[in-house]
Amino acid sequence: MSTIALPFKARSNEGRQQRFYLLLAAPGFLLLAVLFAFPLFDLMRLSVENGSLSHYHQVLFGEVYVLVFANTVKIAIVVTLLCAVLGYPVAHFLATAPRWWALFGLLCVVLPFWTSLLVRTYAWMILLGNNGIINRLLVGSGLVERPLPLMHNELGVTIGMVHVLLPYFVFPVYAVMARVDRTLLSAAEGLGAPPWQILRRIYLPLTFPGVVAGCTLVFILALGFFITPALLGGGKVMMLALLIEQQVSQMLNWGLASALCMVLVAAILLSYWAMKQSARRGTA
Amino acid sequence: MTRRGRQPLARRAASVTFHAFCGLIFLFLLLPLIVVVPISFSDSTYLQFPPPRYSLRWYREFLGDPNWLDAAWRSLKIGVTTGVMATALGTLISISLVRGSYPGKSALEQFVMAPIALPSIVYSVAAYKLFSTFQLVGSWQGIALAHTIHALPLVVLVVGSSLRTIDVSTELAAQGLGASWITAVRRITLPQIRPALVSAAFIAFISSFDELVIAMFLGGINVTLPKKMFDSIMYEIDPTIAAVSVLQIALVVIVLLVIGRLGTGVRPTA
Repeated sequence: MSTIALPFKARSNEGRQQRFYLLLAAPGFLLLAVLFAFPLFDLMRLSVENGSLSHYHQVLFGEVYVLVFANTVKIAIVVTLLCAVLGYPVAHFLATAPRWWALFGLLCVVLPFWTSLLVRTYAWMILLGNNGIINRLLVGSGLVERPLPLMHNELGVTIGMVHVLLPYFVFPVYAVMARVDRTLLSAAEGLGAPPWQILRRIYLPLTFPGVVAGCTLVFILALGFFITPALLGGGKVMMLALLIEQQVSQMLNWGLASALCMVLVAAILLSYWAMKQSARRGTA
Repeated sequence: MTRRGRQPLARRAASVTFHAFCGLIFLFLLLPLIVVVPISFSDSTYLQFPPPRYSLRWYREFLGDPNWLDAAWRSLKIGVTTGVMATALGTLISISLVRGSYPGKSALEQFVMAPIALPSIVYSVAAYKLFSTFQLVGSWQGIALAHTIHALPLVVLVVGSSLRTIDVSTELAAQGLGASWITAVRRITLPQIRPALVSAAFIAFISSFDELVIAMFLGGINVTLPKKMFDSIMYEIDPTIAAVSVLQIALVVIVLLVIGRLGTGVRPTA
């Protein structure tokens, strides 16, 4: 539709219509500007208090902070890879299983997804503790002599985080898989391609955008995780979000905490940018 | 010929492996929900599994403790307020973004999505100063406002994608027949996206009802249900929290069923 062809009156009407649409969104955007954008700018200002970069210097060169940051990234990468390996087959099951089985599978993914994070973390503590269900079963059946350390370490945190984040990987991949043209797969099969080749050369490339989206979502969420490492880590696993909380509520060091926040935001923006890049390359 | 004969067998083995793998992952996903239920009906103070005897002891404990009820009531209030505010504001934003074509629209679209990617710990630290200037720290209204910010992108995501699927010409036709814009939207557009509105409101409610970090920072001494659960897990782990957990799971199942009845996008339709 070209605006030039419209008579003058219709064009001014069009302008009024657009102003009206902008006005509709105004209350929401106003709220976002005051309660979201402004505090973030304020935080940025706080992190460079008195025009000095001392907080950033401390965060980027202090050994403790670098270690915590490296640990956070490491856990986030492991969780993302596990979610991809576990979630890809599940998404395929949801996209291809007969109706009632697919519905059952979807329920298995959706129900925990909607269940309170605290409920799930608490349940994992019951399962993984030294006196927990899994260890009792293992010791009771004589498979191990002493309870395995499943909690209050990185293993426990990883299990809990994968459980929470798996649906975030499954949903976008499932959405892409549901739209894949199945005749392409049958064609490859008819031409004699073994299943492994079909997966590697056709299915994976076709579903790649979903995988990238899912991985990014999981990775970004994992970077800022708080509850699961706080409870399942038992104070022995340090992640960035825990460190920020500690700096604020125990050390009352708001300047350093805000610099840590900025580093976390930068890491998130960087992974988002990397996703955009690889998605563009995937379609090219 | 032998190769052809072996192929189906290999395929069947692959299929069995695949389904077993999926079954294990479904078990992994459901396991925490399954173990909480028997523990909540336990008669024992210790976390024994299976419980030695069954009773409603921990449900009585929860329903008889004003601290728990107080926290649950506060969370409910905050959740409903968040659901209403986020759905109202988010729907207006969605209509504006889907139907409008003004300069800077895509920038605004990215702006409204930003809270999704921001960890709540960062937002809590950022918002604390502003909220304390307005004396909103320690009030349930303050938490509801902060939760609304985080729920807005979820509402815009759900309502916006539903708005894109309906035909704008029905709305224009109503206007052409003399209906005002408001009437056209109220009678023609909103009924068509009702399922999306219901699930958006539910998503906003749950996102608030389950939120811990913001409520912890901005709540002060007024603890919400997640904060009370967090403290209880940290310091006094007993099966009361299992009873609370089962009640929460039941709440979610009931609401999901209600949404299912109202016809929704949560079901596996593309």
